[in-house]
Amino acid sequence: MTLWLMLFVIGAVTYAIRLSCIGLLGQRDMPALLLKALRFVPIAVLPAIILPELFLRNNALALSLQNPRWMAGLLAGFVAWRTRNVLLTIAVGMVALWVLEFLLGR
Amino acid sequence: MVSKRSEFLNGIKSILPILLGVLPFGLIYGVSARGAGLPIIAAQAMSFIVFAGSAQFVTVQLISAGVPVGIIILTACLLNLRHALYSASLAPYVKHLPRRWKMLLAYVLTDEAYAVTITHYRQSNDVDAQSAYANDAQEATAPRHWYFLGTGLTLWTVWQISTAVGILLGANVPASWSLDFTLPLTFIALVIPTLKTRAEWIAAATAGVVAVLAAGLPLNLGLLVATLTGMAIGLGLEVKAGA
Repeated sequence: MTLWLMLFVIGAVTYAIRLSCIGLLGQRDMPALLLKALRFVPIAVLPAIILPELFLRNNALALSLQNPRWMAGLLAGFVAWRTRNVLLTIAVGMVALWVLEFLLGR
Repeated sequence: MVSKRSEFLNGIKSILPILLGVLPFGLIYGVSARGAGLPIIAAQAMSFIVFAGSAQFVTVQLISAGVPVGIIILTACLLNLRHALYSASLAPYVKHLPRRWKMLLAYVLTDEAYAVTITHYRQSNDVDAQSAYANDAQEATAPRHWYFLGTGLTLWTVWQISTAVGILLGANVPASWSLDFTLPLTFIALVIPTLKTRAEWIAAATAGVVAVLAAGLPLNLGLLVATLTGMAIGLGLEVKAGA
């Protein structure tokens, strides 16, 4: 039930955001500073999700070679930076993770 | 004079190359949503109700990490705030349309549809400006919103089908494949190519590091704290560089 409520709230807010300026009768320009701030949202949200996924295990810093995720993630980051290719990035990251997990005997 | 039909078909045509990137993305979403334990119906319903790739990925990721509902909603909505930019930028081109058109177009306004549509609007504006027939009446009657609808509906259809296929496949993927890792990898692939200026790199790095340091905060507030810190630093640097 909570799950459905959550989906509908996210959906409704997303739709309201998309309709915002299109739906308004009198168009007013958004303040320039707000526009700039909005551009930084994905730039900040995504790394804030990525880095804990790579570097934390059970909420503790896991920078050892026993944690293959940060190594595979770093390699994927390099591929993304050099190639800008989404699928190649995901493929390299997954293969790196599988190889590292295999080497670690998991 | 361009016809509705040709605008609609041109819209479909111009989004086709982008679909090559969207299709596997939808598959991965479906697989990871099942991997995160979302029921089949809910996973597909999210594609209908939210219809925003990155927000859907983030929601699935946060559900599987056991993050409280309030934080998930805040994060997903914050991420979708960028659509306000698209809405503002397209508003002048659709202001003459009836309300039901605006409501329909808002529903199919995604990153991809925006990128293709705004380019089309700007280019046809240039052409109009050069033609002898350029006037406001033509602006009001040119059926360019059919182009917008063509891109949006095509993307919507492909997204629904590809996520559905991913969800069906996802039920058969064993946990030992570690497919949950496709989520952070997807985010890496999405965000790194968008980092160009120094302010953007520092904003991203700050947000990531703060998120790691603040992971112990109650209610997973670390995510929001990190996001807002990264945004503030990036904005501050950019304003300073521009001044």
